[in-house]
Amino acid sequence: MRAPTSDLPIRFENVTVTSGAVTVLDRITLTLTPGPPTILIGPNGSGKSTLLRMAMGLIAPSQGRVTWGGREDVPPTRRAIVLQRPTMLRRTASGNIRYALRASGVARAEAQGRIDEVLALVGLEQLADRPARRLSGGEQQRLALARALARDPAILFLDEPTASLDPAATKAIEDIVHAVGQRGIKVVMATHDLGEARRLAGDIVMLHRGRVIETGPAASFFSTPQSSEARTFIAGELLV
Amino acid sequence: MPDDVSALQLVLAGDPALFAIVRLSLIVSLSAVLLAALLGVPLGAALALIRFPGRQAVIVVLNALMGLPPVVVGLAVFLALSRSGPLGSWGLLFTPKAMIVAQTVLVTPIIAALTRQTIEDLWIEYRDELTAMNIGAVGRVTTLIWDARFSLVTALLAGFGRAAAEVGAIIIVGGNIEGFTRTMTTAIALETSKGDLPLAIGLGVVLIAIVVAVNALAWTARRAGERMAG
Repeated sequence: MRAPTSDLPIRFENVTVTSGAVTVLDRITLTLTPGPPTILIGPNGSGKSTLLRMAMGLIAPSQGRVTWGGREDVPPTRRAIVLQRPTMLRRTASGNIRYALRASGVARAEAQGRIDEVLALVGLEQLADRPARRLSGGEQQRLALARALARDPAILFLDEPTASLDPAATKAIEDIVHAVGQRGIKVVMATHDLGEARRLAGDIVMLHRGRVIETGPAASFFSTPQSSEARTFIAGELLV
Repeated sequence: MPDDVSALQLVLAGDPALFAIVRLSLIVSLSAVLLAALLGVPLGAALALIRFPGRQAVIVVLNALMGLPPVVVGLAVFLALSRSGPLGSWGLLFTPKAMIVAQTVLVTPIIAALTRQTIEDLWIEYRDELTAMNIGAVGRVTTLIWDARFSLVTALLAGFGRAAAEVGAIIIVGGNIEGFTRTMTTAIALETSKGDLPLAIGLGVVLIAIVVAVNALAWTARRAGERMAG
């Protein structure tokens, strides 16, 4: 038996990711600590998705290292991610969640209760027996969130979970994210929607062209941004 | 067309000799597809998921083996099973078991190659989610095979089509012995060369009907399954 340890803080030490000739992340040094939601903002292509996927452990840095609670190569048993385009397994909605539960070792007897609970949380209890791949985009997004939460993560990564949703569906997701944060789960979420960042952020990490431009509590970031990029972005001008 | 009429009569009358031939054909080809599936599906899945030096070459060879000439397979199995061959002591030559072995050799590369492609495509789609859910190697293979099961049916059908249609391999290792190793395809070859066209045509009709029926059944099952599982 190993002692209960936390994956937090997640520490990026001088991390660079290259893909061919392109530098996706450029010497990132960053620490994600317990607390209110951390929101990654920045324009498309700034490296938000890559940063999230690396924090999840889906990709390895080209240079530098990532540690979870001081350790390297920690399997994602207490972390969960909702990808920008989540893939639904070829099962029913509840079957997708049952799969995630079984993978994290939840007993069969306990599973059904958890499935009902998370489906109700995202408002999909009516669609439990539908094939997941036949659900609409917004429903799939919510099911992916339910599937991630079913694994009882300590850290939840969200990659633009509201990017293609209408305001009502966006509010539903944001309410869930807010509730999740209140339950003590560390939320790390990427968005390019400033309004969303304002509504949810505890603190902000701003990325631009693969580099961390600015980090800090949301309140001071929005009131007194330190960098010209942040000022441009907050002013609603086009940051390219 | 008197020949056609008598062929039809043969089929409709449920001629016992014809029935025995049809039965043996199905037993041999379905057994071969079952064995080939047990070998080919795990092999194809492993090839899809495991990276090793020379993998590309193995894939090219495997794809090429889909076009193995049945007579060459028949010859190779004949040599292996003949009295002086390495497996001669098994005494299988000129038995239905030898025919199953030959068709298994013929069909396994087809199922393995199609499985490899199917599983690899699905893995590209599933990789991030399965990694994020901390699924180990065994779990990945079983998940991918299970979730690709409807597509894999197509691979099995391709294998069955190949086995049911071929004559070259089984006529060499089976010997086309009446009442023992005579199948639809070997009988058609023989009866045509003898000039007994009614029986040959009757068998041809039955063979095509069976292949169509098996495909229709598999198609229906696939559609029904997909409706349920998405």
